[in-house]
Amino acid sequence: MQFSVLVDIRLRGGISDPAGATIERALPVLGYEGIDGVTVGKTIRFTIEAADVEAAREAAAELTESFLTNPVIEDAELTVEQISPGSGT
Amino acid sequence: MSTVVGVVVFPGTNCEMDAVEAVDGLGGTGRLLWHGDDDLTGVDAVIVPGGFAHGDYLRPGAIARFSPAMAAVARFAADGGPVLGICNGFQVLTEAGLLPGALQKNRGLKFLCRPTTVRVETTESSLTGSAAVGAELSIPVNHFEGNYTCDVPTLQQLRDEDRIVLRYVGNPNGSIDDIAGICNEARNVVGLMPHPERACNELLGSTDGEVLIRSLLAAAA
Repeated sequence: MQFSVLVDIRLRGGISDPAGATIERALPVLGYEGIDGVTVGKTIRFTIEAADVEAAREAAAELTESFLTNPVIEDAELTVEQISPGSGT
Repeated sequence: MSTVVGVVVFPGTNCEMDAVEAVDGLGGTGRLLWHGDDDLTGVDAVIVPGGFAHGDYLRPGAIARFSPAMAAVARFAADGGPVLGICNGFQVLTEAGLLPGALQKNRGLKFLCRPTTVRVETTESSLTGSAAVGAELSIPVNHFEGNYTCDVPTLQQLRDEDRIVLRYVGNPNGSIDDIAGICNEARNVVGLMPHPERACNELLGSTDGEVLIRSLLAAAA
């Protein structure tokens, strides 16, 4: 079975996020008020072949930990969904 | 026979000739090593130079660490061989797990390209054996992700074990504890963000990098 994986990578708490801070500082200048906690991360998408959703999640988590993120500075959240057969995706 | 320093070249590396020139100028022999090769025969020391290995895609050093040459460098380091990571090379060594911590984006979100002053904090490393503790050297930096970080226990360990090799005088990038360079537990693997190979000629405005490259050559001999 094929699964789609979305890896949402964020900087860990305490790691400086100059890009997020710069965007946040610009917001009031542009007239946007009340917006807080802007962070900039990255997303990675791929498909993976696995027996079931648990196996897909486990393989994606291992890949994320060993390669896609640097655990010293980054955290990631995974979203794994089965690609339904015949959906054409 | 002069000391042979292997300089690892990845796609996107751009400081390899600076490193070779500096080594040759100090009586060593710089030898380029393609990242796809894993043969370090005849090499006495290794430099992982600066640049943008594999375009810095994903993270600086993230893809470079999987190159065959890096497996050979890891074995060379485990056997006690001197290994120096400069700038992108430092990032590669942290990603490869040969040095602790990571390099995050500079505080201030600016690419920095200018001279910095670094202070030698220990002479117990393959990069500083011929230097003097407290010596202040003018060495340029050229980086966007040079802001060294690590968790609190790691920082404590680096301090306790005297493994902070160089500190900035006037921290340019936000690095924790002003760290410009560190070494591993065995002290043969050193990484730093400043470029000593670019401070080995009067024409470049400083020759303060010579003592560091000379130390590397001495460590390899």
